[in-house]
Amino acid sequence: MFDDVSNFVNFFDATFIVTLAVSVFFLVLITFLMIFFVIKYNRKRNPRGSNIHGHMGLEIAWTAIPTIMVLIMFWFGWIGYMDTVTVPENAMPINVSAQMWKWGFEYEDGRKTDTLFIPVSKPVKLILHSNDVNHSFFIPEFRVKKDVFPSYERIVWFIANQTGEFYIACAEYCGMNHSNMYAKVLVLSEENFNNWRIGMNKEESKLLEGITKSN
Amino acid sequence: MSAEAATIRTNGHEPSYLEYKGKHSGFLGWILSTDHKRIGILYLISLSFFFLVGVIFGFLMRLELISPGRTIMDAQTYNSIFTLHGVIMIFLFVIPGIPAVFGNFVLPILIGAKDVAFPRINLMSWYMYVIGGLLAVVSILLPGGPADTGWTFYIPYSVRTNTNVMLALFAAFTLGFSSILTGLNFVTTVHRLKAPGMGWFKLPLSIWSIYSTAWVQVLATPIIGITLLLVVFERWLGIGVFDPALGGDPVLFQHLFWIYSHPAVYIMILPAMGVVSEIIPVFSRRTIFGYKFIAFSSVAIALLGSLVWAHHMFTVGMSDTGQFIFSLLTMLVAIPSAIKVFNWVATLYKGSIELSTSLLFILAFIFLFTIGGLTGIMQGILTVDIQVHDTSFIVAHFHYVMFGGTGFGFFAALHYWFPKMFGRMYHKKLANTYFWLLFIGFNVLYFPMFIMGWLGMPRRYYDYLPEFHSYHFISTIGSWILVLGLLLMIYNMYHSVRKGKVVTEKNIWGGETLEWQIETPPTHENFSEIPVIETDPYQYKMNEETLDKKEVR
Repeated sequence: MFDDVSNFVNFFDATFIVTLAVSVFFLVLITFLMIFFVIKYNRKRNPRGSNIHGHMGLEIAWTAIPTIMVLIMFWFGWIGYMDTVTVPENAMPINVSAQMWKWGFEYEDGRKTDTLFIPVSKPVKLILHSNDVNHSFFIPEFRVKKDVFPSYERIVWFIANQTGEFYIACAEYCGMNHSNMYAKVLVLSEENFNNWRIGMNKEESKLLEGITKSN
Repeated sequence: MSAEAATIRTNGHEPSYLEYKGKHSGFLGWILSTDHKRIGILYLISLSFFFLVGVIFGFLMRLELISPGRTIMDAQTYNSIFTLHGVIMIFLFVIPGIPAVFGNFVLPILIGAKDVAFPRINLMSWYMYVIGGLLAVVSILLPGGPADTGWTFYIPYSVRTNTNVMLALFAAFTLGFSSILTGLNFVTTVHRLKAPGMGWFKLPLSIWSIYSTAWVQVLATPIIGITLLLVVFERWLGIGVFDPALGGDPVLFQHLFWIYSHPAVYIMILPAMGVVSEIIPVFSRRTIFGYKFIAFSSVAIALLGSLVWAHHMFTVGMSDTGQFIFSLLTMLVAIPSAIKVFNWVATLYKGSIELSTSLLFILAFIFLFTIGGLTGIMQGILTVDIQVHDTSFIVAHFHYVMFGGTGFGFFAALHYWFPKMFGRMYHKKLANTYFWLLFIGFNVLYFPMFIMGWLGMPRRYYDYLPEFHSYHFISTIGSWILVLGLLLMIYNMYHSVRKGKVVTEKNIWGGETLEWQIETPPTHENFSEIPVIETDPYQYKMNEETLDKKEVR
């Protein structure tokens, strides 16, 4: 965690850790009180109970405080979510097609691969489409997930901050080999990425370079 | 309600409902009985059967996942097994669960009635339950193979697969009717058959829960019925409502599915919350803390819970407005549950606590439900949900709520009302032993799923990456401990129904609700004279009496 491999990791993990901390606090509080009361007021030690019908102050406190806390948590989630749907204009578009049970990637210059090649530190925009049933495009380490439908286009974007190899999984159940529907993301340095493009097809790459520079 | 104990004059010689002979006797006397108590027992037996089937499927899934790759079954079998595990556990155990068994048995008694409002419809809903259950079982055996869609039947996969999806859909449809009829019956019973003097705020808190649940059953279940029928027509006639190949909308299906299936999780958990509110004051031997807050939070959960369905769909690409509203409401629906938890814990304060098996299960409920609820809040946060959606984090979350919550609530209710139902006592030491096995096994089984889920282990996976092996391995070990606990519990119950120590005492736990003022086991008509209610439930007057004496001294 906090391994800043994509632009979403820091904020997503911060919301996760903060809410986890709040949750652990309440869990420990409730559990401690339960055990403490069961020991302190057990029948041997305390043969007669006291009838306490309620306490308005407490009721207001334990309604208002959690309400404020969940509203704050909600707000941070909302801010983080808005980042995921605000796609930068210069993002490099790549078409992603899903089918039982593999992923396919098509780049601007028309090349197709079954591994996703992307440059480091540049926003990429993936346009998701399915050829058959529902799938879900999931790169766990990037905190990226979006369902893929046969009837609509869906878009995810992100910036990979480190070069390396990561994996893509399918997160929406899609039949027999759902659990084998893995693909790789290769995040390349800008130089390597350009070499890769040139290595594949020089003419088309040059054309593409022109397009990316103009962006 | 000790005051009205005097008004109940039961004839000691009247036979109990177990021995009662009406028009039919023997086996027919059970399966044709309209006595709410006998129907409750019928449900208990049939539910236990389906629960065991569901447990076996769950056990096999865990066994397959003990190591990566193929262990004991192929991918297709695994996919069918998790579908059946889901369908059986959801539709045949957790949804009917507490209302059908304990609601039927104690609801009329708790409000001072001789039976539910429509006893024949009550029996009919049991038959629909059994027919629905048998349809689900038949779908396993017929050629084509059991459905492999997951219990959610997402389109388009559920239209494309060649397995017996139709039968599974019909099974769920039939079970829906059983649920609607039970709900209708309980709503009417609570409105019409309360004993004289029993106002709304004199109702035991479990009635508030079951009543709120019943409304959700009546209002939300028809939506899933219609939706599932549309899927049947989609497969059969290709009407093109949901199937994108015919111009339909698969996201519409998800909306319609969750418009029922999210309120359904409150159908599952609310009655268990009622059981908690019922049991805590009895074993703390003091009045409940914040009666009205617990009562109204049940209603609030039923209302708000009907408006949060699309939080199952934060990754489908809804409009931003939709994401905003559903995330916000999801966060707010946590509040009434939190209010309940705080009031329950406060009820332990200055009580006189007897740590019985039922109370152990209740304390475990609060602990496990709190984990389930807090992780539920985390999933309501959009950023966290994007990461954990459709991973084993979700699987862990809903097992903490549905099994740790409703399941443990069911076990608590069973151990609480068992002596009243059968006039016999189970083995208490054995019960405490398997409680700990269940509690430890449960956590070992499901907690690792939270960690793997956050790290990116998707759900409904037959196979997994080697980095998740140790979590899966621990989880499978947990399933063995849990199953051992369940087997011991079933043995204890089965053995004690026939050979347990006989209980004739009316009020074995010192409870103050009406079921503890009548014979053990109850007579056919529960009350020989309908009681007149003068006081609130959970009075525990003796606490105040002794306090007064102390002051005098």
